[in-house]
Amino acid sequence: MEKHWKSVVSRSVCDYFFEQQRKINNPEDIPPVIATPHYYLISIYRSNMYFVAVCMTEVPPLFVIEFLHRVVETFDDYFSECTESIIKENYVVVYELLDEMLDNGFPLATESNVLKELIKPPTILRTIANTVTGKSNVSATLPTGQLSNVPWRRTGVKYTNNEAYFDVVEEVDAIIDKAGSTVFAEIQGYIDCCIKLSGMPDLSLSFMNPRLFDDVSFHPCVRFKRWEAERILSFIPPDGNFRLMSYHIGSQSVVGIPIYIRHNISFKDIGGGRVDITVGPRQTVGRTVENVVLEIPMPKSVLNCILNPSQGKYSFDPVTKILVWDVGRIDISKVPNIRGTINVQAGAPLIESNPSINVKFTINQLAVSGLKVNRLDMYGEKYKPFKGVKYITKAGKFQIRM
Amino acid sequence: MTDSKYFTTTKKGEIFELKSELNSDKKEKKKEAVKKVIASMTVGKDVSALFPDVVNCMQTDNLELKKLVYLYLMNYAKSHPDMAIMAVNTFVKDCEDTNPLIRALAVRTMGCIRVDKITEYLCEPLRKCLKDEDPYVRKTAAVCVAKLYDINAQLVEDQGFLDQLKDLLSDSNPMVVANAVAALSEMNETNISGSMLIEMNSQTINKLLTALNECTEWGQVFILDSLANYSPKDDREALSICERITPRLAHANAAVVLSAVKVLMKFMEILPSDSDFVSTLTKKLAPPLVTLLSSEPEVQYVALRNINLIVQKRPDILKQEMKVFFVKYNDPIYVKLEKLDIMIRLASQANIAQVLSELKEYATEVDVDFVRKAVRAIGRCAIKVEQSAERCVSTLLDLIQTKVNYVVQEAIVVIKDIFRKYPNKYESIISTLCENLDTLDEPEARASMIWIIGEYAERIDNADELLESFLEGFQDENTQVQLQLLTAIVKLFLKRPSDTQQLVQQVLSLATQDSDNPDLRDRGFIYWRLLSTDPAAAKEVVLAEKPLISEETDLLEPTLLDELICHISSLASVYHKPPSAFVEGRPGLRKSLPARNDIGGSSIPAVVTTSQAAIIPSQESLIGDLLSMDLSAPPTTYNPATAPSPSVDLLASGIESLLTSDLNSVPATSAASQSSIGLIGDIFSVPTPSSYVPPKQIWLTAESGKGLEITGTFSRKNGIINMEFLFKNKAMQPMIGFAIQLNKNSFGLTPQRPLQVVNPLIPGGSQEVSLPLSTTGAVQRMEPLTSLQVAIKNSIDVFYFACIVPMNVFFVEDGQMDKRLFLSTWKDIPAQNEMQYTIQNILCNAEVVAQKMTQNNVFTIAKRNVESQDMLYQSLKLTNGIWVLNELKIQPGNPNITLSLKTQALDVAPGIYQAYEAILRN
Repeated sequence: MEKHWKSVVSRSVCDYFFEQQRKINNPEDIPPVIATPHYYLISIYRSNMYFVAVCMTEVPPLFVIEFLHRVVETFDDYFSECTESIIKENYVVVYELLDEMLDNGFPLATESNVLKELIKPPTILRTIANTVTGKSNVSATLPTGQLSNVPWRRTGVKYTNNEAYFDVVEEVDAIIDKAGSTVFAEIQGYIDCCIKLSGMPDLSLSFMNPRLFDDVSFHPCVRFKRWEAERILSFIPPDGNFRLMSYHIGSQSVVGIPIYIRHNISFKDIGGGRVDITVGPRQTVGRTVENVVLEIPMPKSVLNCILNPSQGKYSFDPVTKILVWDVGRIDISKVPNIRGTINVQAGAPLIESNPSINVKFTINQLAVSGLKVNRLDMYGEKYKPFKGVKYITKAGKFQIRM
Repeated sequence: MTDSKYFTTTKKGEIFELKSELNSDKKEKKKEAVKKVIASMTVGKDVSALFPDVVNCMQTDNLELKKLVYLYLMNYAKSHPDMAIMAVNTFVKDCEDTNPLIRALAVRTMGCIRVDKITEYLCEPLRKCLKDEDPYVRKTAAVCVAKLYDINAQLVEDQGFLDQLKDLLSDSNPMVVANAVAALSEMNETNISGSMLIEMNSQTINKLLTALNECTEWGQVFILDSLANYSPKDDREALSICERITPRLAHANAAVVLSAVKVLMKFMEILPSDSDFVSTLTKKLAPPLVTLLSSEPEVQYVALRNINLIVQKRPDILKQEMKVFFVKYNDPIYVKLEKLDIMIRLASQANIAQVLSELKEYATEVDVDFVRKAVRAIGRCAIKVEQSAERCVSTLLDLIQTKVNYVVQEAIVVIKDIFRKYPNKYESIISTLCENLDTLDEPEARASMIWIIGEYAERIDNADELLESFLEGFQDENTQVQLQLLTAIVKLFLKRPSDTQQLVQQVLSLATQDSDNPDLRDRGFIYWRLLSTDPAAAKEVVLAEKPLISEETDLLEPTLLDELICHISSLASVYHKPPSAFVEGRPGLRKSLPARNDIGGSSIPAVVTTSQAAIIPSQESLIGDLLSMDLSAPPTTYNPATAPSPSVDLLASGIESLLTSDLNSVPATSAASQSSIGLIGDIFSVPTPSSYVPPKQIWLTAESGKGLEITGTFSRKNGIINMEFLFKNKAMQPMIGFAIQLNKNSFGLTPQRPLQVVNPLIPGGSQEVSLPLSTTGAVQRMEPLTSLQVAIKNSIDVFYFACIVPMNVFFVEDGQMDKRLFLSTWKDIPAQNEMQYTIQNILCNAEVVAQKMTQNNVFTIAKRNVESQDMLYQSLKLTNGIWVLNELKIQPGNPNITLSLKTQALDVAPGIYQAYEAILRN
């Protein structure tokens, strides 16, 4: 599918892209910026699709990349997922959306609530209704919020139950070396909100320990001056789901690693190799570690793994050579363990690289950095909203070298 | 009930079917048909045949249908211009609709139709829309101006849309402002003439900064990018802009963050580097950059390419953040390679242990390219951080033990470099290297190994056997290996002449008789001749001490780096090339450049960029003030097209006081002679054979010139200033590709022609070169006035030095003033513009003084004898038209001469005095 905003560019530019694609083994490895004799192809890879932007002049590539991200997010938002078939099924809406989002290379409306006022997201009910009544999902009036000082919020919002939920999510990125010591660890945190409040509420959120943050970035609605001066997040929220802030902790403070892994792996030509891996919790303040999954990309010469887990399930994909052990939750009394043998292709060259373990886990009710929300106040409206804060710690890019 | 049904069509008669559906009376059917048409269009099918039928659907109240038809029109109007005209009326009508959405849509679509005939009709509606009451329409119209400019630039200028757009910059709605900025900057970029369509001044900047806080993220990017093109008037303004931009670093949109980083990096150059603000800013810049690295891989990649530049420019910013560049195994390969690059740049004694253990880890990864780069990185660490060299070498040895073929080869290549950097330190490992001789199959690794054997032939007992084994397949080897083998065997022979004579003869005959490669043959002949005529000389040449290799090999050239810093966040920063090198359709940009540089021509593009950017690296301390001077005019560095002629600089810089005051003081003379400065010199080319030429001085020592020593002086011959060089090559390699560049200076000295040095300048050789200069170059006041900063480029590097031009070369031939004029001018110049000097120990009488001075274009106007003192009245004129009037008091028997001089530009007085003294002493 193609859409042009300036003069028409022939489809053949994509050949350069396909050529690059042929050169690489891994779909993710395609370089984001490709130069062709006349154009520049800037691409992102999301949910097994490439989104390619063709530019003719010197543009900030991040600008394009961020825009493509926004396009994908909008599709996600509209169609609840973004796959090839979904896009095909909704191409008219997709086309209309793209047309609204960009004009002559300038982004036009990218806030999802503004877009939703212009083009209503498809629902089964509406599709049927439209067919019956002959109406369309394109609004004929100008969205109200687009030009106000709070472009992210439409006016006249009304709810019977007024709610404001905050999810404090922290992802631990870490590299742990063979000996179990931390090479590098940091926390990527974000606060996602689901806010359904009537009218024009003005919220302020304060933290018990705002000094933790190394670096923050905010949704445009946050008043930066107030944050600089008082370390309070003061904002008029968009309606619905959005990311209020994201933050970064790591370079200066020590990051607690909530999990430990003991591993022992060896590859031998004769009789295959052995694996022995144990997972255990640490520094979790009494919370349970859940949804633990270990992923180990094995060397190419590994044929099969015959293992015996003390809990959970394991699988080995002989094509991608990835060993996955779905541990589940870790019970402190009985530490999970997996052991067994690896079949290595006979006569294969020496294993020259050590695999590393990719770990996934979640811990509910815990922000590993120790961040705590102090209080949330609302101004500008009279009703009493229902408020809630949830903390989750997850593994981000958590790797253990073997 | 999904849209995918539109993609499945019956193949036969498809178009025909659609046609009948489009002409159907039922609205529903029509709409469905248009949807099908659009579907075919999006997948690249040609449905242009349906043009008239689709256009017929245009007059409708249904907004969705209207939009779809508009989409169709945008695509096909070009191929059916005549029929597109039919649509014009509807467009014009829609532009007057009561619904602002429809007004905006119509003006937007019209702009997208790239048909000349239609654009004519577009003007009126567009003019109305630019003044529309609804900001949504205004902001759409602003973009439309840019579209129109792309189609027909002249039309936009003629119709006065530019001014309307400028008015929008002060619109009450920030979104409108942002779009106006975006449109203007796009038009600037495509502008052929290369001049700015709009001048930024502090008021516009203020408006932009206000809008910055309120507009959308995309608007912020546009505003920040155009702020980066602005050059603040002074420190204070730069500081306040920086302060107002800093909050953008906390924006969620990576593009905004990086654009803000660009503006800050650029303006930081203007601020004094030791100020508190700069150091806080340095601290503030690190966290956002680190945060960029935790976003999506594509963002990471662009961020890393930019960080690579930032680290080279200001290593302080990220020196604490080494860990964030550690590679994760599932990073895409393009991110991995970039991270590795930056790790090496940040490596220092403090963190080298960490870095090395990481690199060792990477060297066992799966991806071959990455592993190779990691191994190479270990070598670079060894060369960069001397203290770590030992550890690096042992790490490399460990890696060689793994016997993984490509690791071993890569390791050997870098070990060769380590040997060159630290001679006679790690030779103990040679035996280990020799064990792996058989596995080497890549030319570079083989060549490196052969180099090592040749270089340390005396320590390797079986060096002759080893080299002989290579010699067997000599014909099949790569040229690189053949050359290296030839040299290595000659080295071996010079070290152990007794038992290797046969070997050397064999290789010489292979190289000279059996090879077609001219390089190889020539090198063979040279060695042969050397060995046969003078073995001692051969030893001196072949076994000479090698210059040490420099620390970092792949640093960007400082001028290029400075230019790229101005392009942070753009494509240029991803490619590490200036935009002019790869962006098409910017002829204005490239064309305006050659006027400003007059050296070298096209053969030395590297130096040409030096002159374009007019930034000279800060490496050499003596050029410290040069840097700050250039930064006062950053727009020239960012976009040379904005300053089309150097004369702009001339007026802006300090010299104008000299020029203007002169013009006021002696209007008659200067009016008469000003225009003929250059000519008269030629016409009256009275040879002045014995004009004073100061002895040559050392300008560039061999030490700082990497073996190039430059001595020189200035002379004036036949009215032309000459720069006399003596180049000496004290390095071991020949030098080629000489070029010269003069920095802007007080008298506008600039080379008349490229530097002509005979190529190559052989080692030990020297050459005298005379370079005629003209005074038509850019003017920049220097301190002292006669200082001249010079950049010399050759095949080794670019070197910078400063020298003093003796004032007397600026004395022009027509400096003789009329007697009466002299008198009246003398009176006119106020007393405070008189300077007195005493020239001591000169034993000349008035006759000799007058004669000596005349030879140097200082003319005696009158001579008087007052109370047994000789009074000489002399006049001289400088190349820039400044007159200087002198009075000399000479007492017979007294070795001291008193010099009183009067001029409107007192700054030149010390130089004149020095010139007198030098000439009279000579």
